[in-house]
Amino acid sequence: MRRREFLQILGAAGVAGASLRPNLSAAQARAELYDVKPFGNVTLLHITDTHAQLLPVYFREPFGLENYNLKSGTPLAYAHTHADFVALAKRYGKVGGFAHLATLVKRLRASRPHALLLDGGDSWQGSATALWTKGADMMGAQERLGVDYMTAHWEFTYGMARVKETKLPLLAQNVRTTDFEDPVFDAYALRELSGVPVAIIGQAFPYTPIANPRYFVPEWTFGIQEARLQVTIDEARGKGAKAVVLLSHNGSHVDLKLASRVRGLDAILGGHTHDAFPRPVRVGSTLVTNAGSNGKFLGVLDMDVGTSGVKELRYRLLPVFSNLLEADAGMAAYITEARRPFQAKLGERLALTEGLLYRRGSFNGTFDELIIRALLKEKQAEIAFSPGFRWGTTLLPGEPITLEHLMDQTAITYPNTTLNELSGAQIKAILEDVADNVFHADPYLQQGGDMVRVGGMSYRLEPKAKIGHRISALEIAGKPLHSTKRYKVAGWAPVAEGITGEPIWDVVARYLRATGTVPPLKAQQPRLAGTNPSPNMS
Amino acid sequence: MKTTRRTLIAALGALLLKPLAAFAAWNEQAFGAKTAADALKTLGASSPAASKDIVIEAPQIAENGAVVPIEVSSNIPGTSSIAVLIEKNPFPLAGRFEFKDGALPYVKLNVKMGETSDVRVIATAGGKHFAASREIKVTIGGCGG
Repeated sequence: MRRREFLQILGAAGVAGASLRPNLSAAQARAELYDVKPFGNVTLLHITDTHAQLLPVYFREPFGLENYNLKSGTPLAYAHTHADFVALAKRYGKVGGFAHLATLVKRLRASRPHALLLDGGDSWQGSATALWTKGADMMGAQERLGVDYMTAHWEFTYGMARVKETKLPLLAQNVRTTDFEDPVFDAYALRELSGVPVAIIGQAFPYTPIANPRYFVPEWTFGIQEARLQVTIDEARGKGAKAVVLLSHNGSHVDLKLASRVRGLDAILGGHTHDAFPRPVRVGSTLVTNAGSNGKFLGVLDMDVGTSGVKELRYRLLPVFSNLLEADAGMAAYITEARRPFQAKLGERLALTEGLLYRRGSFNGTFDELIIRALLKEKQAEIAFSPGFRWGTTLLPGEPITLEHLMDQTAITYPNTTLNELSGAQIKAILEDVADNVFHADPYLQQGGDMVRVGGMSYRLEPKAKIGHRISALEIAGKPLHSTKRYKVAGWAPVAEGITGEPIWDVVARYLRATGTVPPLKAQQPRLAGTNPSPNMS
Repeated sequence: MKTTRRTLIAALGALLLKPLAAFAAWNEQAFGAKTAADALKTLGASSPAASKDIVIEAPQIAENGAVVPIEVSSNIPGTSSIAVLIEKNPFPLAGRFEFKDGALPYVKLNVKMGETSDVRVIATAGGKHFAASREIKVTIGGCGG
């Protein structure tokens, strides 16, 4: 099923709590959003892709109102779309934050003592403090939040040894050793909840050694491993599991396809592509959900499970509005303490932004535009590339850009910048390769990022064409790129080993300090041809 | 998992032993062919019938083009040999394996791939040739999520 089709299903279904009016009092909104009546005997709480955002953030989503059939101006329109983003950000405030998330988790656990809390991965990467502590600040936060099980993706970019150090049970049926294909992690956990055996199977990001540097995980092999998943489901059922749930970091498209190809999964709690499904999608007898990113949402899956299996499921995706949820004192104190050694450095004011700075978008975001400009100028390049990462928070017009904000967009373990001389033919080949990993017709061949951001040149993109035919009309300064001529191309986040260029945050920080005030930026995009597979994304 | 390891070792054993036994039958022309069509012609399998009974297990996208694991088994009764061809490799025929009567027609091999290519598997049974293929993608990577 393509993105458009499932979005239509979502739209038609409407949204739980869509009745939330634009002018509710805080108490009314709190009650309508968070008083979720308990149901059934098994509950799974789900966070995913928090990207190490311990504090509340602004996060602009790429979708419009029409995607989710939401009323403009409502809290849910603010949580799920970019409609009136700046005005609603001022009205409803920041989202997420582990202290606020902790309050919500406690509130739900009070009415559901049997609940498990699952973390879908990408929790240890995305902030300066996570990078500088190799994820230790986040491991502490996960422990205090009460995460029972996790799976992983960016965690692997700290290397194999670091991932093995976590005390949290990490589940991954699809990670094996490259030599004898021995399992690296437990494939699943079998837990009794209210006396009912429930299996949680883990699915790590299948393309970790391809989308991120393989040298971080040289002894491990990944992949979707559909056949092995089926064996694992059958084994868990054989051992008495009455409900079987996949905690997945596949990405929403892969989850939807996978659900149609394996038997015996009651639900897939998914992440990776940062989609926040307001309503779950039913594929056969499997409920598929995706719970957004950056700590902005908490998924609540209530199940009534009997001796013959799951009788009924109810799912709610709760937006975490930090103004509506008091900060949990214990978690707030932990966060303050974890940040203390870095506070002065994080607060350095690099520049002021006059426009909205965000990252998410199929083809570009304004913060990436800023990174591209910095690369072009500081590296004296003709062309610049910046990866289509989907993490990275949002800054409102008039906010200072601090070093912490810059790190929110760049904090990775392979931050090196590059300057290469590439021929026009090589540039086209790179764009074709990336576009194929983003727009391939088969979800199993999509890696879940956005298109690489490009500056200094323009091109035409036909998303639905085949590899080799998507990219055309490449131009630099209004003239066609020559296939044999070489151009100076700057970039960052190389997947090859041994590259030592200056880290991207140093390059962009230098540019920002010299710039002082960043005017509103337009996110440059390729000219689109044919049908855009996700027409309402911007 | 132990069974997997044992199966793998058994397959490796088969790989080590078989070429010795089959040394005399080494088909230089087939292995030296520069196109899949030429290799198949030399093997006498120019127009194999498509078969769903040949199972190819391989990654959708190669994690490392230098070492791509491919697992092949044939459920066609009486399978006596399996040939694996990487269409776009300079020498497409990557391997050919012969099975004694009653042996499980299963083989696992690592191949090197420079670019995205179809992998074609030819199984021979009772003098007839059957084929299945699937694409394995090789990408420069990066830019994920």
